[in-house]
Amino acid sequence: MTADTRADADRLVAAARAGQDEQAQADPVLDVRDLTVSYIGPDGGTVACRDVSFQLGRGEVLGIAGESGSGKSTLITALTRLQRPPATTTAGSIVFHPAGRPGIDLVPLGARALRKLRWTSMSIVLQSAMDALNPVMRLGDQFADVLRTHNRGMDRAAARTRTTELLGMVGISADRARSFPHEMSGGMRQRATIALALACSPQLVVMDEPTTAVDVVMQRQILAQVLRLRRELGFAVIIVTHDLSLLLEVADRIAIMYAGRIVEIGSARALYRSPAHPYTRGLRDSFPPLHAPLTTLHGIPGTPPDLRRLPSGCPFHPRCPVAVDACSTTPPPLVSLPEQAAECLLLTNEEAS
Amino acid sequence: MSTAPVLSAVDVTKHFVVRGAVGDSAVVRAVENASVDLHAGRIVAVVGESGSGKTTLARMLARFYDPTAGEIRLDGVSVSGRPTRAYHQDVQLIFQDPFGSLNPVHRVRHNLDRALRIHDRRMSAAERRRRAVELLERVSLTPGEDFLDKFPHELSGGQRQRVVIARALAVGPKVLLGDEPISMLDVSIRLEMLNLLDRLRREDGLALLYITHDIASARYVCDDVIVMYAGEMVEGGPKDEVIARPAHPYTKLLVESSPDPDRVGTVSRDELFDDAEALGEPPSLIEPPEGCRFHPRCPFAMERCRSEAPPRTDVGGGHWARCWLHQEGRAHEIGESTFAAALTRRDEQVRA
Ligand SMILES: Nc1ncnc2c1ncn2[C@@H]1O[C@H](COP(=O)(O)OP(=O)(O)OP(=O)(O)O)[C@@H](O)[C@H]1O
Ligand SMILES: Nc1ncnc2c1ncn2[C@@H]1O[C@H](COP(=O)(O)OP(=O)(O)OP(=O)(O)O)[C@@H](O)[C@H]1O
Ligand code: SF4
Ligand SMILES: [Mg+2]
Ligand SMILES: [Mg+2]
Repeated sequence: MTADTRADADRLVAAARAGQDEQAQADPVLDVRDLTVSYIGPDGGTVACRDVSFQLGRGEVLGIAGESGSGKSTLITALTRLQRPPATTTAGSIVFHPAGRPGIDLVPLGARALRKLRWTSMSIVLQSAMDALNPVMRLGDQFADVLRTHNRGMDRAAARTRTTELLGMVGISADRARSFPHEMSGGMRQRATIALALACSPQLVVMDEPTTAVDVVMQRQILAQVLRLRRELGFAVIIVTHDLSLLLEVADRIAIMYAGRIVEIGSARALYRSPAHPYTRGLRDSFPPLHAPLTTLHGIPGTPPDLRRLPSGCPFHPRCPVAVDACSTTPPPLVSLPEQAAECLLLTNEEAS
Repeated sequence: MSTAPVLSAVDVTKHFVVRGAVGDSAVVRAVENASVDLHAGRIVAVVGESGSGKTTLARMLARFYDPTAGEIRLDGVSVSGRPTRAYHQDVQLIFQDPFGSLNPVHRVRHNLDRALRIHDRRMSAAERRRRAVELLERVSLTPGEDFLDKFPHELSGGQRQRVVIARALAVGPKVLLGDEPISMLDVSIRLEMLNLLDRLRREDGLALLYITHDIASARYVCDDVIVMYAGEMVEGGPKDEVIARPAHPYTKLLVESSPDPDRVGTVSRDELFDDAEALGEPPSLIEPPEGCRFHPRCPFAMERCRSEAPPRTDVGGGHWARCWLHQEGRAHEIGESTFAAALTRRDEQVRA
């Protein structure tokens, strides 16, 4: 890249940030800038998340989609600071804005300060409900545990009342508080972990593949509950999944990850009707329609790159059906469009003309 | 269909006896009186919620389980008591998990070679190698030579699943049963697999059973769809009939719950997800609901639904359903509103 095109790129990045969702910008609950996460190993590091920037508005639903290995889980465990070695945040900031209080950068925060924020300000629903629930503890005791750890003044009776209320919110009857996790169906367990995540009224709930293990009917039931609770309680949601067709229906905005980068971010509607990045287009066209006339679809040829040996230029170029020569040499800048922003050379003026 | 089916399940039932903690036992009614015909060159999809008995049905067809009642017929002849080894030369089952089903310590060549030897003991080593390359190329692993010496862990999920299919094809089967063969794969490679199933049906005349949660993928590849609910087949017929004009309330629920990005921007999100909560839990298969097993969740349920199992009604063109609405002259109600709206109406009536 020449100095000129780099300056251009920087300008475009700034423009893209400015052009992000207005709600997110006016009152963000989370402001992520240039976040880079590596897995440090004996043979160097694997950068699984690179220069990720986005804002999340209060009460907004942001979806994150991408193929296996694209860095979705790496990103959200870094966001919630739940990452474990060898994952290391090597650059960037994650500014969390509690309602009515000044923003806090989570990256330099110590363990104790983080513990204070967890559950009460942000909580996470893991992919496997079994991982989140203690198998040898009754459901009610787990709720009481979380509630009373974060609210010292709460007595047992109050914790019980609140647990009943929380379980009721996700359609689980109070007598289930006496059950062990293995005594419940998968869908019920998953709803219980969602209720647990909401126990301390967080402002941000992050979910990693919350419905991958359940069928479509249960999936819709669970997401309906999340959306209704969000409406009532006003928390923001980040949902990670590789099912883009589902995200298009639940999310306000969607970020598409490829090889550790957000290659496109924008409104769900824009990403479906007019995806700007060829990878987004490929993903969208990987879902056969439910009702529209059928045509032969081809998915996306090839496989995602090895993160330790990223292709030069645009990391998607070896699989891209519309790549031009420059794509194999020039890393594409983030280009801002009215409803979305995407990293593709074809969107820059020189290439378009 | 004029031709005779290659493989049929005739009125098969599977009950599992499970033991409780205190030594008591219970019966899980996993599949009840299910029938399906598989024809050469056609794909039948079986869809339905988790625990509805899809895998159990496939395992009976593959003879991993003996039916508690009913029978499996290959080329019209009951298979009961016949050797399974010969049977598996005709009928192959592909599992969901592309990671578990190949032997990890052996190269692709070895994984295929075993199947080829079972198929034809007289085949020479050179012939088997040639045939292995052919099979790999049949599933679009080209050039096949390059894949022979790979270990399973050196392949991507999609490549591994294609090796699994190549191995199933090595014995020269007439029937391929796929139990969620693509659900563990990335969306970008799922289509490749579906297109492969389509080619095997068209070019090799295989009879295929495709089990999935994903109705859109079923519609993409199959000819006919069968819908299972709580161990029973509740509806079946040509795919577009079943998906566009469900004749059973559960099918309607299933179709309307499936992601459909075409709705984005035309219906509000709150409307799309409203009322999904009022639905209640899936039934127990140990004590399934009396009458129609769907009645506790069904917004159209009548008195009769709670006590008598609905008979199979043909609605024309090979499309059938088991639901009392057809006997009561109320079938038109299924298509008149969304499932969610029907549910809301029911709950309002209950409250009134
Ligand atoms: N503990 C680890 N050590 C080294 N590399 C890792 C580790 N965990 C993940 N990675 C690598 O980081 C990359 C991103 O992984 P990540 O789990 O974030 O992907 P993902 O998008 O969540 O995928 P999936 O859809 O399969 O859950 C992958 O290439 C993976 O190999
Ligand atoms: N070996 C077994 N012993 C006891 N119960 C079983 C056994 N196999 C299956 N079941 C039960 O039978 C029912 C049907 O299970 P099956 O695996 O056939 O459902 P499925 O439709 O394939 O579900 P999924 O979509 O989750 O794969 C379930 O209630 C299951 O728990
Ligand atoms: S038989 Fe009755 S309960 Fe069953 S689906 Fe039909 S209307 Fe509903
Ligand atoms: Mg992940
Ligand atoms: Mg199954």
